[in-house]
Parts: sequence; C-alpha cells; structure tokens
Amino acid sequence: MVNVILATAAAAFAPVDQHYLFQARQMQALSLAVHIPLVCFGIAFPSLVLFAEWRSLRTGDPLFRTLARRWSKVMLALFAVGVVTGTILSLELGLLWPGFMAAFGNVFGLGFVLEGISFFVEAIFIAIYVYGWERLPPRLHFLSGFPVVVAGVAGSLFVISVNGWMNQPTGFALAGGVATDVQPWSALFASRYFWHEFVHMYFAGYVVAGFLLASAYAWRFLRGSPDRYERAALTIALSAAAVAAPVQIVIGDWAAREVAKAQPVKLAAMEGLARTTPGAPVHVLGWFDGDQVVYGIEIPRLLSLLAFHNASATVQGLDSVPPAERPPVNVVRFAFQTMVGIGTLLAILSAVYLFVRFRHKRLPTSRWFYRAVLTAGPLSVVALIAGWITTEVGRQPWVVYGVMRTSAAVTGAYGIPIGYGTLILVYLLLAGALVWTLRRLAAAPLDAAAAPALATARLAPSESRESSHAR
Amino acid sequence: MLADIPAALMLVGLAAYTVLAGADFGAGFWTLVPGGGRASSAATRDHARHAMGPVWEANHVWLIFVLVVCWTAYPVAFASITSTLSVPFFIAAVGGILRGASYALRGQLDASSGRRLVECVFALSSIMTPFALGTVVGAIAAGRVPVGNARGEAFGSWLNPTSVLIGTLAVATSSYLAAVYLAADARRLGEHALERDFRVRALVLGFVAGALAIAALAVVRADAPLLWSGLTSGAGLAMVCASAAAGLLTLLLVLRRRFEPARASAVGAVGAIVAGWAFAQYPRFLPGLTVEQAAAGPSTLSAVVIGVGAGAMVLIPALTLLFGLFLRGHLDAHGSVEALAADLPRGPAKGRAPRLGWLAITCLLAGCALLVVSDSGWAHAVSVVSLFASVPSAFVLAVDIPSDMPGSPISREGEHRHE
Repeated sequence: MVNVILATAAAAFAPVDQHYLFQARQMQALSLAVHIPLVCFGIAFPSLVLFAEWRSLRTGDPLFRTLARRWSKVMLALFAVGVVTGTILSLELGLLWPGFMAAFGNVFGLGFVLEGISFFVEAIFIAIYVYGWERLPPRLHFLSGFPVVVAGVAGSLFVISVNGWMNQPTGFALAGGVATDVQPWSALFASRYFWHEFVHMYFAGYVVAGFLLASAYAWRFLRGSPDRYERAALTIALSAAAVAAPVQIVIGDWAAREVAKAQPVKLAAMEGLARTTPGAPVHVLGWFDGDQVVYGIEIPRLLSLLAFHNASATVQGLDSVPPAERPPVNVVRFAFQTMVGIGTLLAILSAVYLFVRFRHKRLPTSRWFYRAVLTAGPLSVVALIAGWITTEVGRQPWVVYGVMRTSAAVTGAYGIPIGYGTLILVYLLLAGALVWTLRRLAAAPLDAAAAPALATARLAPSESRESSHAR
Repeated sequence: MLADIPAALMLVGLAAYTVLAGADFGAGFWTLVPGGGRASSAATRDHARHAMGPVWEANHVWLIFVLVVCWTAYPVAFASITSTLSVPFFIAAVGGILRGASYALRGQLDASSGRRLVECVFALSSIMTPFALGTVVGAIAAGRVPVGNARGEAFGSWLNPTSVLIGTLAVATSSYLAAVYLAADARRLGEHALERDFRVRALVLGFVAGALAIAALAVVRADAPLLWSGLTSGAGLAMVCASAAAGLLTLLLVLRRRFEPARASAVGAVGAIVAGWAFAQYPRFLPGLTVEQAAAGPSTLSAVVIGVGAGAMVLIPALTLLFGLFLRGHLDAHGSVEALAADLPRGPAKGRAPRLGWLAITCLLAGCALLVVSDSGWAHAVSVVSLFASVPSAFVLAVDIPSDMPGSPISREGEHRHE
C-alpha cells in the first residue's frame, strides 16, 4: 500500500521540461561559491583562535589573548554569515532540485541531519566562547572552544559524505524511480570515495583561511613597519597555510587516483582525453577543441603514470560513454588546471616561507614575498572554487552519478531567471558592503571594535587595560 | 508509529524556531519602530540588538534542523512543498541573507553614515522573513500544496486569505514575544525606561496578536474547512484553548510586571499554536498524502531517530548551558567582570622542539609515502593519521621555535617595560 502511494508520488516527480536548467545549476553554484570560503573558516579558524589562546595561557603574554579575542569576533561574524548562506543552500536543494530530493532524500538526508546537529553544537559553543571572554574563568573558556573545533570539522565531514555519495552512489536499490532497500549509514560512510574529498577539503580549509588572514596582515607589512601584534598574527596564519599547502599536492594526487578508479569520464574531462589511450599523456594549458587538446604542452605517458602508477596503463577516454553522458570538457579542464596551477604556486610560496622560518629563524624580509602573500589569499579562494567546479561540473550530466540526471532533478517551477538575477544582485550588494566595511576597518585597523586594545607593544600601559591586568 | 517520530521532532524544532528565532525577528521589528517610549530610539535599538547577540546563531539553526529532518524522513512531501512554494521560500531566503549580513555589518559600524541604511535593511528583512515563512505554513495548513514537482499554483498557493493572515500573525507573534523578552532583559539590566516601554509594547502586541488569531480562525473557517474542523475538535481544540489561556495569562503577568514567568507563558502560548496546527491536520501531511505514506523506509527513519537522539545527548545539555548563561546575564555585553588571569603560568616550553621536529618529519615522510605508493584503504587511513600528526607539529614549530631570536615576529622586543 505504502509502496504504491510512493510510486505514484514518484510519478508526480517525473522529469519536467525545464527551459532554465543551466540557470538553476548556476544559481546553485553561485550559492555554493559564496558559502564554501566560509566553510574553510569554519574548519580552520576555531583551532587557530584556540592556538592563540593556548599561547596566552602558557606564556601569560597578553598579546596572544588580544589576538585570540579579535579573531574570535571575526570568527563569529563569519559563522553568522555562514548560518545564513547555509540556510540558503538547504532551501535551494528543495527549491531547485525537488526531483533529486524526492527520490533520494531518504538515502543521503541522514548526512545533513548529522550536519545540522554539528552546526547546532558549533553555534552554541561559539556563542559561549565569544561572549564569554570576560565572564568565564580562563581555562574553562579555553575548553569551551573545543566543541567549536570538533563540530566545525564534523559538520564538513557530514556534508562531504553526501557529496561523496552523489559521486559514488551506493546503499540503495532502485524500483520504479524510487530508492528502496535504503541503508543510509553505509551509503554515506562506507563509501571509499568520500575520504579523499574530506581530507582534501580539510587541508583546503587551512590553506584558504590561513592565506586569507595572512593577506590581511601582509598588507600591513607592505604599508609600513608592522608591530609585534601584526607579526604574530601573520606568523600564525601563514604558518598554518604553509604547512598545509605542500601536503595538499600529495593529497590531490590521491584524490586524482580515486577519481580515475571511480569516475573515469570525469578524469578524461579533467585531462581532455578524447579517446581511450594506453600510455596517456598530460597536457598543460591549451584548449580542448572537441577532439584533442590544442596549443598545450604535452608530457607523454604522465597521465597513465599518475593515475595508475604505470606509464603504459590504459586510461579511459571520453569516447567510452555516449556524448550525452560527457561533462563539458573545457570548463572541467580549465577549472582543474587552475586549481593545480594555483595550488603549486601556493606550495612554492609555502616552501619559501618555511625555509626562511626554519633556516634563518625569522620572517622573510623581501617586499616581493609580502606582495605574493597578499595575492595568495584571493588566489587560494579561486583554487578552492575551481576545485569544487572540477568535481561538481565533472559529475555532470548526473546529479547522482550514473543514476539520476541533473535534468531529471530540476524543478518544474517558473521564474528561475528571476530568482537567479535577484540572488546575483543581493550577493553583489553584499560584496559591495563587505568591501566598504573592510576599507573602513583598514583605514582604522585598531579601532574600538577591537576591544581592550593591546594594539602594539609601544602603547603606553595605561592605554592597555589587558596588559596591566596581566601584569 | 516510527513514521510519526520525525514529524514530532520537526514540530519541536518548529516550535523552538518560532519562539526563539521568532523573538529575534521581533527584535528586528522593534528596531524599525523604536520611538514613542521614554527611552531614546538609539537606546531602544541597542537594547533590541544586544539582547539577541549570544543566541542569534543557535536560534536560526532550528530552521535548518526542521528542513533536513523533513527531507530525510519525508522526501516526497518536502520536495512538493519547496517546489510549489518556491516563491515565499526564496523571499524568506533573501530576507535571511539581508538580515544576517546587516546584523554582521551593524556590529562593525559604530557611528558612521551607512548605519541608518543598514539598520533599516535589518528591520525590513526581519519582517519579510517571518511573513514569508508564515505564508508557507498557511499554504500547507490550508492544503494548497499538491504532491508533485511544482504542481501547485505559484502564487495562489501562498497568497490566499489563510496564508496571508498566518504570515501577518507570524510577524505579530514575533514582535509580541520580542517585547516580552526585551522587557524581561531590561528588568535584569536595571533599565527602567526600557522596561516600561517594552511592557507597554508587549501589552499592545499581545492584544493585536490575540485579535489576529481570532480573525485567522474566522478566515480558516471559510477558506480551509478541513483545518477548521481539526482546530475545533479533539486535541486541536485543546491546544487552541491552551494557547488562548496562556496568552491571557501572559498579558496578566506582563501587566503585573512579572516578566520572567511571562516569558515562559508566552512561549507556551506560541508553542501551543504550533502544536494545535499539527494536531488539526494530523494524519494529513499534504492532500492525498498522510504522514505515514510520506515517510521514508524504516531504515532511514530509525537512522534519523538514532542520529537526532545521539545529537540530543549533546545538544540538550549544551542548550541548557547556553540559555542558563544567557538568561542569567553571564553573556551580557554590558559592564564587565574581569576574570583575568593574574596567576597564569608563564614562560614558553623549551627543549621539546627537536622531538617535535623529528615527529613532524617522520610522520610527513611516512604519510606521503603510504598515500602515494599504496592503494589499500588501510594504508591510506594510516597515512592520513600520520599527516594529521605531522602538519600540526610543523605548524607549532613554525610559529614557535625562534621566539627568543632577535627579529623574530613574536619576540619580546619593545616590551622591555613589562619585563
């Protein structure tokens, strides 16, 4: 009886003729692109703040306490915006992709339930932590930050488990367009695919948050002689990014091998490999003209070597599936090359930093280094988004890989272009407001909003309430 | 039975969202009309804004909770609702973005020209969002969401008498709750003028919300007969009566300036409305689809119950702690009790750097080698653990090692006064 009803319901979600599928995808992509950098801060920022507080507890140096306090306020503001952009994303799943939700919500939804609970824990303790600076005893306050760290990581783990499932769907059977025999736990967590995605994203969190923070302070370094506070802030942020960025190359290599195994067509699109080839080459730069990569630098056999650790291994090409089942090659390939290119540059910058740091036991002094750090922040966000474009557009035309096409998931409602246009306007407005605020903050970087200011070690003690307390 | 549990969880979430986030929206409403009282407009706005500070984020996660439980446990119903009601949901979403952004921005602007504009956006979006979400509830309650991909009317489904009245009621209820809470907060902070103002506002809005609720019943009778019969019989009727009684009790308590009990009974009144709606339409979820028919299979339902149950073990103590601290004023931004660490241990740790360095290098090499060379899941797990040990160690070293060297970023140069 129930099954009959559900089958009828599934028929009510038969694929519709949606003229604006592409706009719907772009709308979702835009919302993800806005949310994802905030996720990086959710993953990385709490532990950086706690590190600063830990230093203050160990050394009694008020500088670290000031640093942790200021950063925690930024962390809270970013979290608040993340709550909103996260709500938008969950609404959009239903608004734009009802076919997907109706058919598979019962399979992957558990990941979001667990994520929602993590988000809750994060929201509760971030409030206690940030509003409790002057109220809780120091050690208790320090401890209240730990749930924020754990929940931030757990939340991203659960969401990525859903993405892993979309790329390698398991844990259900299909009967008349409805998922039956659902095993939600193993669908999400027994999948091998999601682990590399999670580790890759976890490290990306530190790369992006670290470089973005470092960018802000590098700007101060370029403008004049930075004080002790700014040097400490830059050191912590840049060290976090610099230890993560080089390792990301090894993790990326792992990720690519997993993709080669589970999604050969995505790999073929990433590399612009038209035909199944033994001993396949890699092309750096260039353009895929529908049949081959032109104007690229060919490195023979490298793709086979990287993907299968065998220089003459056969790599599946785009021709292994009908044209209607191939993703848009140039988008995927360009995004992939962008991510790899920027990732490599960031790793080199990190190596320079770590070399100077460990060898000469100081910060780099070259202005060029700080110019590079200044650009590294925004570039790391570009790499992050390019990476997600690679995996999400590379999955097309499927929303659930090999099971449901994105066109079968889309809403039948009218007005997608209106919604998309409105969202663009709202986000542009927000970007404008953000730039304006940052300019104001930059003009008076140590204003009253930063609270008990131990701005610089050069401040007179009377101006520095905290330092006098800590004495 | 199992099929009903997630619905009950959603109901709890919805009630919590209404009484907690609702009050946040209401506080936004009061920043739009801060005048007419004894306290200055600026003081009123500041009070409304500060009062929601510490609990803002947690309150708004309730909506996410309701959404995710709905799409996991009742996927077809969820997809039908969101696709038909995409317009009000989108309005609520945009309202949410504007609200969140203007709230975050407002904290950065203490006395500048853009402040009024940001405050205005905040207040208007605080009205727009609960109204839109109220019309969604109205559309579901009135049975205007058919099963299927956007099968209902794009506008008629939520721009009808029942929906519009419930949307308006949502705004009024939010403002009413906010006024009661803000009066209680003002009492705690010893702000007498604000306490007086919000007491009057709570009384006025209490009458308005009550009148709207009665009007809504009349409209429902004409516009949504099924809902009407649910609300006027059995458990639905009991809840409507309970809500009315709690509402009257709240007015009485506010009149007698007993704000803390009033806070509780106001919550009861609003929670009872939400429960009444649920009872009135149970077991109907959407036209032609009962809760049981809409429910996912037992494996999914039990996973949801287990997941939420395990989460509740953490969430309930955590929420109790947060609201305990918040309501007792321990998280207030006003005043400050410096609990600073005069007796903290000092001096950086020495002599651990070489060991940490070897750990970082060994784990890094082992992790990279295993990850690149092996294809087995276990080797990857070990290598990931190694990397997670190596990278933080390297980080600590990169930040810390040279702390006694001249020219190092965090050396104590320039701090000789303190030493």
